[in-house]
Amino acid sequence: MFASEALAGPAFNPLPWMILVPAIGAVTVALLPRSRQDQAKIISLLFAGISSALTVFLLTEFAAHDGGFQFVINAKWISSWGIGWHLGVDGISLFLLVLNAVLYPIAILAVNPGHDDKPYYAWLLLLMAGSMGVFVALDLVLFFVFFEIVLVPMYFLIGMWGHGDRVAVATKFFLFTMFGSAFMLVGIVATAFLHQAASGGPLTFDLVKIATDQSIGVGAARWIFLAFAIAFAVKTPLFPVHTWLPDAHTEAPTAGSVILAGVLLKFGTYGFLRFGLYLFPEAAHFFAPLLLSLGVVGILYGAIVAAMQKDLKRVIAYSSIAHLGFIIVGAFALNVQGIEGAVIQMFNHGISTPALFLLIGWIYERRHTREIAELGGIQSVAPIFAGTYMLVMLSSVGLPGLNGFVGEFLTLLGAFKDARWWGVFAASGVILAALYLLWSYQRVFHGPVTEANRGFRELRLGEALAMAPLVALIFFFGVYPKPVLDRIEPAAKALVAHVAHYSDADGKDIPVPVASASDDGGASDHSGEGSGHGGGE
Amino acid sequence: MSSLLWLIPALPLAGFLIQVVAGRRLGDPKAGWVATAMVGGSFLVSVAVFFDLLSRSHEERRLVQHLFTWVPAGNFKVDMGFLADPLSVTMLLFVTGVGALIHLYSIGYMKGDENFSKFFLYLNLFILSMVVLVLGDNVLVTFLGWEGVGVCSYFLIPFWHTDPANATAGKKAFITNRIGDWGYLVATFLLWTALGSLNYVDLIAKQAGPNPIVGITANMLVLLYLCAATGKSAQIPLFVWLPDAMAGPTPVSALIHAATMVTSGVYLLVRLNPLLEQATWANDVIAWVGGITALVAASIAISQNDIKKVLAYSTVSQLGYLFLAVGTGNYVAAIFHMVTHAFFKALLFLGSGSVIVNMAHDQDMRHYGNLRKYMPITAGTFIIGWLAIAGVPPFSGFWSKDEILSGAFARGGAFYVLWVIGLLAALMTAFYMTRQVVMTFFGPEKWRTLGAEDASADEADSADDHAAAHADDHGHHGLTPDFTPTESGWLMTLPLVALAGLALIGGVIQLPFTAKTKFLERWLEPVLVGGEFHLPHGVTLWSLVVIAVVVAIVGILAGIGVYAQRRIDPAVVEKDAFAHAWYIDETYAAVAAPDGVGRKAFDGLAWFDRNVIDRAVMGAGWLSARTGDSIRRLQTGQVRGYALGFAVGAALVLGYFVTRMGF
Repeated sequence: MFASEALAGPAFNPLPWMILVPAIGAVTVALLPRSRQDQAKIISLLFAGISSALTVFLLTEFAAHDGGFQFVINAKWISSWGIGWHLGVDGISLFLLVLNAVLYPIAILAVNPGHDDKPYYAWLLLLMAGSMGVFVALDLVLFFVFFEIVLVPMYFLIGMWGHGDRVAVATKFFLFTMFGSAFMLVGIVATAFLHQAASGGPLTFDLVKIATDQSIGVGAARWIFLAFAIAFAVKTPLFPVHTWLPDAHTEAPTAGSVILAGVLLKFGTYGFLRFGLYLFPEAAHFFAPLLLSLGVVGILYGAIVAAMQKDLKRVIAYSSIAHLGFIIVGAFALNVQGIEGAVIQMFNHGISTPALFLLIGWIYERRHTREIAELGGIQSVAPIFAGTYMLVMLSSVGLPGLNGFVGEFLTLLGAFKDARWWGVFAASGVILAALYLLWSYQRVFHGPVTEANRGFRELRLGEALAMAPLVALIFFFGVYPKPVLDRIEPAAKALVAHVAHYSDADGKDIPVPVASASDDGGASDHSGEGSGHGGGE
Repeated sequence: MSSLLWLIPALPLAGFLIQVVAGRRLGDPKAGWVATAMVGGSFLVSVAVFFDLLSRSHEERRLVQHLFTWVPAGNFKVDMGFLADPLSVTMLLFVTGVGALIHLYSIGYMKGDENFSKFFLYLNLFILSMVVLVLGDNVLVTFLGWEGVGVCSYFLIPFWHTDPANATAGKKAFITNRIGDWGYLVATFLLWTALGSLNYVDLIAKQAGPNPIVGITANMLVLLYLCAATGKSAQIPLFVWLPDAMAGPTPVSALIHAATMVTSGVYLLVRLNPLLEQATWANDVIAWVGGITALVAASIAISQNDIKKVLAYSTVSQLGYLFLAVGTGNYVAAIFHMVTHAFFKALLFLGSGSVIVNMAHDQDMRHYGNLRKYMPITAGTFIIGWLAIAGVPPFSGFWSKDEILSGAFARGGAFYVLWVIGLLAALMTAFYMTRQVVMTFFGPEKWRTLGAEDASADEADSADDHAAAHADDHGHHGLTPDFTPTESGWLMTLPLVALAGLALIGGVIQLPFTAKTKFLERWLEPVLVGGEFHLPHGVTLWSLVVIAVVVAIVGILAGIGVYAQRRIDPAVVEKDAFAHAWYIDETYAAVAAPDGVGRKAFDGLAWFDRNVIDRAVMGAGWLSARTGDSIRRLQTGQVRGYALGFAVGAALVLGYFVTRMGF
């Protein structure tokens, strides 16, 4: 029934199916008879693949020059509470969906769980469904549901298929996020009731409605912004609530690390854009110096701590803290370059870092260790493996010509424009990134081959196939990021205009909005104004 | 002809791709021939573009080709665009020309290496990056090439990566350069906010217009780009990576770490000359950085015993001259000396490679002697390089170095001091190069008498020359008393002869006699907005020339006196501080050493993260879990139950949609 209806006519909206197909897949896999457990992988791949194919369809149908939400579905769900099944996609979420579409099939294909296949794949598919949902939900409650659903499969993936002290780590991960979510829940409820009180209409949790109304008082909005910010800060993660990440990454199974780094971390930064800047523009502007500072601290602190790690996976985990810092700095630069940079950096980090985790996972499969000290000289015995790692690493370093550079450059450019000194300090992250990545590379791949590494096996065909799409994207979007940037730009401009519109007022009487975000689309670039919160020349 | 511009990078790109796909199958030597042919092709196209430009009037000597938009974001837009004008074409000619010769040489030098084709893969990638750097029509495309050459350097320095010293040298080069890159990035941001574009053409127009970038912005821009240039072009304080980079195969040292890549910093500054013209004190900083580097590096070169280390510090010193020229506003002289230096320094490096290969990969000059007898071509060409760098007329280096020095003299004031510094450095240059030539090609055959004292000499050396002892170490030090060196094959001697020819006559592109003989000056005039630089003439000019020649001859005679005739004990001249490179690198190294301050600080932060931040946050969570009644249910043991409940709930919600929404 799916196939026949799925492709019928141009009115087809893939968004709900992108969520539902993997969810149904999860149920299907969970209900597989024990005798057919060995088919779990292929079945999961099928469901994930359909969801991915739908995302590709979405990508082709997406109107590049439209800054508003597209493929919108706005149905009632629990109408008495004003909770809606409101879905939509814009330039900010589009490529995060694409990231899902790329990473989940690869995660399923590239690594085997080793035991308990059925629940493993079922959880992975449920994770996919939740990840899709997070990026398309335009209702506060709906977003919260997806945001929380995702915790469960990740908890089990770490707890059951992880390494080391996995249950404790899974619990830590769970508790950290729950801690943040509690604030967000309070924030959501407060938002809805305050909006109702201010606007006099019915209770609603509709993101777009509340964001365009901007009826909540400035003081309250700032408090609620903080509540959301705590949840997203944990998820991103920002200093000082980041310590769950290295633990979770290190003990998670490879697929878990891939998804965690590639997708789940983006929940935080995406949340900042969608529920920070869009929902509370004035508060976002008000707190921008704080978040810029946390972003810069993340870049420098993450990089320095990464350099001193002894476990290869922890190096990359801390590197994520640094990379996500760039995203925060770009986002809270509050200009087109910064936000475009932030969004494309989310996408690019979601390609490079998962690729590194895959490679490290394969190192672990071969050597049963990730201790840098026990590795060494691998380039001599496995040059293709080493070359692949080198390439991905250079993308992570931010080498121009590879994908990682574009986002890093734009976020820093945006920051420099309107928050000059933050930009200057953040830029020194490029030195540190080279330091910790090249140093770890040298110790793992260069030097004489140790006896234990002599039998290190070269990259296998299956592994190469799993890496191929990521490597292709690394090259392609390094040289030609224009298709991505073109699609992000209208939404980024709209968001910038939205923030500028509401934060330029002095905060006492917020004017009645005259235009929705999408109408503001091509209104102004705003970037020429240079009236930021940074220092002058 | 503009339509052919893309071919210049496309050919080495094609070469690179061929090596990726089929390099191993082509093997030794075919892979090398393919790579050489591609760079040679690139050179031919560059020559064609050169003649095309030459046939045009001055104002029309500018070809621009935009391939596609690279990074568009709001009102920020950067195209993948190429700009061929007299400046970039001058660079192109010597980059691809010298590059092709060094490719050819490498076929001989790398013969039998197990990663033969990989070497040419990197070499082609390097030429591609260098060409992009030179041809970029905006600061960001130049940065693409800038980072590309940096990463190729990082690949090639540890080409024999199983030696940890080589790997460390590669890493050091990249990270040191990244410090400069910070300056490049920040400068680029500032340039964009000031100019609204990153295009050189726009910059030229803006600076020529009524509202140019001036004052503190102009000075800061120059200073930040200088920061970038000190990294790439190995100037104080970031020069420390270049001597270590000698760990790479010698053709790499010649191509990347002498002739081309290390000049990119100077190229960048000359490219930005419209900006420099409006800067004030920042230009003096450039001149002083250059002058001091020239002097300090020359002094270090005096005490080096590794044949390549001498040349490495010599390169740093010569690059200092280029900065001095740029800082004095004497851009023509900077480019002039850049070109002649590319000729004679590539020649000297390739000559040293020829020596090294034929001396069983021993790089210690104290083990050489009398090699002119066994390697007449290498010796003869090396001697031409020596005379060129020492500044003996009529060799090319004489003309170009003299132009830099007289330029400094002409500026007067504090620049007289820089002129004296430049002369002192020239004196030292003549001296250490004479020392090198004498130790290598003249005197007794010292490897014959190595035997017993060898062990102690090596021991004494190992402390300060750790990297050098390992450098170029893909063979063992197999010098025995009955060893007989031989001359290299034609693949290696042909490039030597060609470069020797260029080092001899390279000065003709800019002879100071009349306006007509100053070809380079007229050729570069359209791209240098500062107008012509007035060098002294008449009696002053000739006095300066005489002084320069005297300095060169004194340096050479002193070298002969000390090293050939042994009138003075070399130990008197070879100061400890020189041998230790003024302890600059060692100071840096001490910070990064396992018990160094920097490492300890980093370690401290990692400890802080693990033991303070993590525990504080966990403790706070634990505390709230103890006090908050509702949260207590979520304690460890019950997470599973909660999670399962959540999952069931989620499934129900989804089921609800499926039925309710009527999908």
